[in-house]
Amino acid sequence: MKSAQVQATAAPSRVSARRGRRIWIQMVKRYDLYLMLLVPIAWYLIFHYGPLYGLQIAFKNFNPAKGIIGSSWVGFDHFERFFDSYYFGRLLWNTLSINLFSLLIAFPISIVLALIVNEIRSKSFSKLLQNITFIPHFISVVVIVGILNVFLSPTTGPINSLIEAFGGSPIRFLEEAGWFKTIFIGSNIWQNMGWQSIIYIAALSGINPQLYEAAKMDGASRMRRVWHISLPGIVPVIVIMLILDIGHFMDIGFEKILLMQNNLNLEASDVISTFVYTTGILKGEYSYTAAIGLFNSVINLVLLLLVNRFARKTSETSLW
Amino acid sequence: MSKQAAAVISRPRDERVFNAIVYTIASLIILIVLYPLIFVISASFSDPAKVLNGEVWLLPKSVSLDAYTNIFHNGKIWTGYMNTIIYTVVGTIVNMILTILAAYPLSRPDLPGRKVLMVIITLTMFFGGGLIPTYLLVKNLGMLDTMWALIVPGAISTYNLIVMRTYFQSSIPWELQEAAHIDGCSNWRLLVNIIIPLSKPILAVMVLFYAVGHWNSFFNALIYIRDEGRYPLQLVLREILLISQTDAVDGNVGLENKVLLAESIKYAVIIISSLPILIMYPFVQRHFVKGVMIGSIKG
Repeated sequence: MKSAQVQATAAPSRVSARRGRRIWIQMVKRYDLYLMLLVPIAWYLIFHYGPLYGLQIAFKNFNPAKGIIGSSWVGFDHFERFFDSYYFGRLLWNTLSINLFSLLIAFPISIVLALIVNEIRSKSFSKLLQNITFIPHFISVVVIVGILNVFLSPTTGPINSLIEAFGGSPIRFLEEAGWFKTIFIGSNIWQNMGWQSIIYIAALSGINPQLYEAAKMDGASRMRRVWHISLPGIVPVIVIMLILDIGHFMDIGFEKILLMQNNLNLEASDVISTFVYTTGILKGEYSYTAAIGLFNSVINLVLLLLVNRFARKTSETSLW
Repeated sequence: MSKQAAAVISRPRDERVFNAIVYTIASLIILIVLYPLIFVISASFSDPAKVLNGEVWLLPKSVSLDAYTNIFHNGKIWTGYMNTIIYTVVGTIVNMILTILAAYPLSRPDLPGRKVLMVIITLTMFFGGGLIPTYLLVKNLGMLDTMWALIVPGAISTYNLIVMRTYFQSSIPWELQEAAHIDGCSNWRLLVNIIIPLSKPILAVMVLFYAVGHWNSFFNALIYIRDEGRYPLQLVLREILLISQTDAVDGNVGLENKVLLAESIKYAVIIISSLPILIMYPFVQRHFVKGVMIGSIKG
């Protein structure tokens, strides 16, 4: 054992030709660690890199009988068909706008909630606020959409009862395209603001209390302390969360959109990912929808790279 | 009078106004979050006719358990419940075994090649083949219409893997592992006898994350499961809540009554299906928060 340690410490000073051999010895000695990794890495290769390999059908006319390799190449045909299709503008607009509005409205709300939790001096009340706002996060999407259905029902829901009580006529919220985005984003906020605020609350609790004391001595009001100390203190976390959100920009809430979608609100609820599902899985147009999915992922990746780069330049915080 | 003194004098009022605003907003948020939940609970315990007339808005009207007794006789819901319990238990076990087996070796600073492996794993968080190639893969592997289609494709959550690896690295002293090695302890024994017992908090969090994920997931079942006998609870729920089948109601009742019952069991079904999570929530809530915090260290 001792000789191995001596060898390990002395090795870096030796010539690099020996390095390969040393790493090899290290690897053989830890073969059991690689044994542990065997199944997980195989799983990653099959279930993450396998679909990447299968993505070539986006450039082929996939025929299940011939398999992925046997199908013939068609180049960018599927992409062109998609860009020229009647749906393209609507799908892209809906996808971008739902996500952009979410980012503009839902993203800041969890930060505001964290600041509010941080400003509540009563420990028990702040715990209560947190515990209650976390609850909806654990409810399944199916149930959330079910709750939306009964809650906004034009005949039995309390919202429409209220509208009628004030003399208005009931609104079919879930069947009107004009209401779709509001309801989708609003219920997302309802469900997730508490959960998303946790990370900001954690960051806020890490701010040095002396900063607040000093500002107080200088006569800064509570609002000014929030603005000049709390907020700047969590900017790095905000930037990271923003980058991560944009990393999933094109696929936020796909399952929920699918559940909320119906023929009457399709004009506003048809997004790229639901189109891939209905046309690909249900109608079997695999190559065409694989191409659309690829288009979606590429936009996503480009956005992520751009934002990460921008963040690194302006705020010196970035994912990598 | 100096500026500072003026600020000190004006502070109490400024404080009071600020507090009033903060507490008002906080109370409003609590009301907004709780109200839909209370409404559903109340409606589920009310006389269905009153619910359909829109008479229930806060507290139950003419308390009745009709909706619940109706669900009790609904075979589909119980089959779904059983299926979901099986998928959740088996799925979570597979998740935990694979995540631990990946996270531990990758947490070892003395493992050659771990940087490359981490890159291979992390990249999958940002780019993937997408829905269609994944579906075709699962189909080609012959997993369609089996439990494995719901478990194997999502066997490891990369996010959870990174959180667990960070925990192993930062919370278990490397000296301890080195000492165990010198005593001739193999890596497998080290993992089973030292690492796992010392990581109980994070493992508990992971079990909860994975289990809730399985309990709530519906999309994989939607695309991979055709046989209704294998439907998980969430798919059965989707039929009852969103597709609104009146034949979800058994028995020889008139059409009008069927509509009434189909409408009214919606509320009770929501409660029944969320019950396990809502019951365990108060006990595990702290752990969930801890899990997010540990993740955020790295994030």
